[in-house]
Amino acid sequence: MKNYQVIIGMETHVQLKTKSGMFCSCKNDPNAEKPNIYTCPVCLGLPGALPVANKQAIEWTIKLGLALGCKINSLSKFDRKHYFYPDLPKGYQISQYDLPFCYQGKVQTSFGPVGITRVHLEEDTGKLIHDTVNGKKVSLIDFNRSGTPLVEIVTEPEIYSSAQAKEYAKRLRQIIRYLDISDCDMESGEMRLEANISLQNIKSQISNNKSNSNDKLPNYKVELKNINSFRYLERGIEYEVERQQEILEKGETPVQETRGFNAEKNITYTQRTKEEAADYRYFPDPDLPPINIDKRWLGEINSSLPETLDGLFKRWQKEYSLKQELVELLFETADESRKLDGLFKQCHKEKLSVEKLVNAMVHKKVKTIEEFKKLTSVDDVSDESLNIIIEKVLKDNQKAVVDYRSGKTNVTNFLVGMVMREAKKKIEFGRLQKLIVDKIKS
Amino acid sequence: MKTNELTLKKAIELLDKKEISLDEIYVDTLAAINEKNKDLNVYLKIDKDALEKAKKESNKPLRGLPIAVKDNFLTIGLATTASSKVLDGFMPPYESTVTKRIKNSGGVVIGKTNMDAWAHGSSTETSDYGPTKNPRNPKYLPGGSSGGSAAAVAADMTIAAIGSETAGSIRQPAAWSGVVGLKPTYGRTSRYGVVAMGSSLDSPGPITKTVEDAAFLLNYIAGQDSNDGTTSSLPIPDCGKDLKKGAKDLKIGICYIDHPNIKATPVAKAVEEAGRVFENLGAKVEQVGISSELEKGKILTHEHAIGVYTVVQRGEVSSNLSRYDGIRYGQDRSHFGHEAKNRIMLGTFSLSKGYSDKYYNFAQKVRSLYIKNFKELFQEYDLLISSPSPSYALPLGSLSDDPMFGELQDMLVEPSSLAGITGISVPCFRDEKTNLYLGLNIMGDYFQEEKVLQAAWAYEQASGWNPWVKI
Repeated sequence: MKNYQVIIGMETHVQLKTKSGMFCSCKNDPNAEKPNIYTCPVCLGLPGALPVANKQAIEWTIKLGLALGCKINSLSKFDRKHYFYPDLPKGYQISQYDLPFCYQGKVQTSFGPVGITRVHLEEDTGKLIHDTVNGKKVSLIDFNRSGTPLVEIVTEPEIYSSAQAKEYAKRLRQIIRYLDISDCDMESGEMRLEANISLQNIKSQISNNKSNSNDKLPNYKVELKNINSFRYLERGIEYEVERQQEILEKGETPVQETRGFNAEKNITYTQRTKEEAADYRYFPDPDLPPINIDKRWLGEINSSLPETLDGLFKRWQKEYSLKQELVELLFETADESRKLDGLFKQCHKEKLSVEKLVNAMVHKKVKTIEEFKKLTSVDDVSDESLNIIIEKVLKDNQKAVVDYRSGKTNVTNFLVGMVMREAKKKIEFGRLQKLIVDKIKS
Repeated sequence: MKTNELTLKKAIELLDKKEISLDEIYVDTLAAINEKNKDLNVYLKIDKDALEKAKKESNKPLRGLPIAVKDNFLTIGLATTASSKVLDGFMPPYESTVTKRIKNSGGVVIGKTNMDAWAHGSSTETSDYGPTKNPRNPKYLPGGSSGGSAAAVAADMTIAAIGSETAGSIRQPAAWSGVVGLKPTYGRTSRYGVVAMGSSLDSPGPITKTVEDAAFLLNYIAGQDSNDGTTSSLPIPDCGKDLKKGAKDLKIGICYIDHPNIKATPVAKAVEEAGRVFENLGAKVEQVGISSELEKGKILTHEHAIGVYTVVQRGEVSSNLSRYDGIRYGQDRSHFGHEAKNRIMLGTFSLSKGYSDKYYNFAQKVRSLYIKNFKELFQEYDLLISSPSPSYALPLGSLSDDPMFGELQDMLVEPSSLAGITGISVPCFRDEKTNLYLGLNIMGDYFQEEKVLQAAWAYEQASGWNPWVKI
C-alpha cells in the first residue's frame, strides 16, 4: 500500500426504537414474533393511505445531530425517493433530500476527526424472504419493518484506514446507545453499515495538491453494502484495498459497483453494477407539511441532551483518574452513566478509590459499593493473634514450608488461604503474606 | 312528489315530523336508480343493505339518509376502484375519513359513483366502466371527474353526494349537471382513504341539491384528521347557523369574463347577470382586471395556471400511481388506461433529473405567485365570482383524443385550486332548448367556507335557477 491511499466515506443506517412507526401508529418491534403482524394501511402503502410524521423520531434525529455537533436546519421537509422494488409498497420511500434535519457534524477517532455530512430521517422498507413453500421457490414479503424510523448518518470521504472505519462505526454506535435512541443491535439489522471505498494514487494526490485541487477524489467508488458487524467492515475494507490495488496496478480502473461481503470466504463480491446514476425523481412529499424547527423547539431538544460523552469521560478522568477504555465498558445509556456517576460520587465521599471500584466492577463484576467494600475490607486482627495461627498452620503444613525454602515461593498463596480459613477472618492479602514469609524466614 | 326528490334538509324535516318514512325514501331512491342507472351509468356499485343500515341511524343527524359517494373514497364492504380496472374488485380493508364521518353522523353510503379513471379528466369519459350521461340531457356529458356523484344528485338517485376536486372536479360537474358543488379549502376535509390524484390539490367536498344541504353536509365531513397531516386545526364554524345572513355589503369581484374563449358567450353573460343579482342583494360588485404578471388589484391570468397545474398534478400522479406496480391488487399494469399512462409519463419526465428544475420546481414557483395573488385580492374583495367552466356541458364523445381536454375545461378554476382556496358552484342559468345548466363559481379566501355559503345561499334564493329551492 505504498503507492495508494484508501479513501472511505461511510453511510450508516440506524433504526430508532420509538414506540410506533415513522409515519403510522404500528408497533415498532424489530423482533416481532411473526411476519406481517404490525401493519396498517399506511405502512402497507394502500390506496388513499397518508403518512403522519412521528414527532419523537424527528426529535431523536435532531438529538443525534446535536450530539454529533451538527448544525440543524430551521426548515426541513420530507421528500419522496422513487424506485421500484417489491419490498417498497408505495413505489417510493419517504426520505429527505436537500433539507436534512442535521448537517456538518464531526465524530472524533484516535486517527483524527471524521466529518459528518448529514443526518437525515427516512422510513425503512419491508423485507423480502426467499423460501421454499410446498416444494416451490417463492419470495415472500414481511412488512413488519416497513415504516420503521430509520436515521442515515453520512460521513465525508475522510476515513483513511479500515481501523479508522471500524473505530468510527463503534464510536457512532456508542453515541447512539448513550442517547438511548436505538439499541444498534447489528444482528437484527438495527444498525447497518455501508462503506464507499476507493484508492487514491499518492503521487497523483501530491500533484493535485500542487495544483490546489486537493479535494479531488478518485473517479470511481465501490460501495460495500449491508455489513452487519464491525469485524466484517474491517475485513471487507481490507479485502477491497487489496483487490482495487491489483486492478489499479494493472493500469485499470475498478468498476463502480455495489459489493457485498461473504464472511465465510472472507471476500467481497459483486451485487449490483450501476451503469448510470439512479434517478430517484425526488420531490417534496405533498402529504407531509414542511417542518419548522424554531428556536424554542430546538432549545427543548437541546436541554433534553445528556452531558456529552466526551465531556463525561474527560470529567471522570479529571475527578477520579478513570481511563475511558475501562469505564466505557460499564455503561451504554446516559441513564446508566448517571447512575454510575452517582456511585462514583458516593465512593469518593466515603474516601474509597473510584479507580479501584471501576477495576472491581469491570473485572470482578462488582455492582454496588457494599460489594466493593466487602471485597476490599479487612477484619481488625492484631499481628500477635495472627502469628499464633500462622505458627499452627506452618506446623500442619510442613511440606509447604519445605517447598517455599526450595524456591517455590508461590506456595504462600496456599498458606494465606489456609490462615484465613483457620482465622475465619478476612485479612489483607499482602499483610498476611508478609507475616507468613517473616515467620518462615525467622 | 316522490321522496327521492327531496333535499337533505327537507327530508330530515319531514322524517322528524313523521310525514314520511325512511322506507319510502329508500323505495323511491332505489326505484329511481333501477329505472335510470342502466342508461345513465351513474353508480358502479349499490349497497343492497342500505335500508337495513339506515334504520339503525334514524336518531343521528343525517337520519340514515342515502349519500352517494364517488368511487375514489375507500369504503369497507363496497368495492373501490376509482373507476380503473387496475383496482377492479378491490375491497378496501379500511374506511376513508370522510365516509367514516358520514357513517358516524348517521348517513348511509348507498352506492359508489362513476368517475374519470383515477379522477383523470373532466367528463367521466375516461372511466374504465364507460361514461356517465348527463341526467339533464343524456346526449351530453355530466362533467367530471365527480360526474357520477353530480349526476346522481341531478337525477334524484340519491339525497346528496360526495365528490372530490383536484381542479374543477366538483364544481365543473355540478355546473354541467345543474346541482350545487362545494370545493372546500385544501386541508379543510381529510384526504385519508381517498385514492390520491394530486396530493397537494385534492379536496373532498359535498355535491348536493341546495346550498343549505352543502353547508349542512360540510359540517359533518370537515375538520382536522389525525390521519391526514395536511388537514387544518382551525376550528370549523357551524356553516348552517348564519347561512341566511344575506350578501349585503359584501365586496365581490367578477373574474375572467373577458377571456376570448368566453367573452360575450352565454357563460360570460350568466356571470355578469349573477353580478347584478348580487348588486340587488346589496353587495358591491366590480370587475377585476386581469394581468399576465403579478399586479396589485388585478387577478393573475389563468393562462399560466394550465401549465403549472399540468406539471404539478402530473408529477404527483406519476408518484401516487407507482404503488400500482402489478404486484398487488390483482391486475397488472397493462390495465392502466390511455389517460393514466399519458399522465404517468409526463409526470415522470417533469420530475426527472435535469428536467425537474425546468418543469416541476419552476411550476411550484409560479404556483406561489397565484397564492400571493389570491391573498392580496382577498384583502380587497370578500368574494370572487366567475364561471367554473368555459361552456355548457359538451356532447358525449367530446374527449376524443385531446390530451389537454380536461385542462381547457378546468382553466377557470385551476388558479384557485393551485392556491387551495374554497369555491362553490351553484346553478345560474338553464338553457330551455337543451335543458342544460350553467354554474356560477363563488370563490372565497382560505377557510372562508361560511362566507362563500352565505353568499351562495342568498344568490340561490334570489336568482331562482336552482330547481330544488322551491321544494
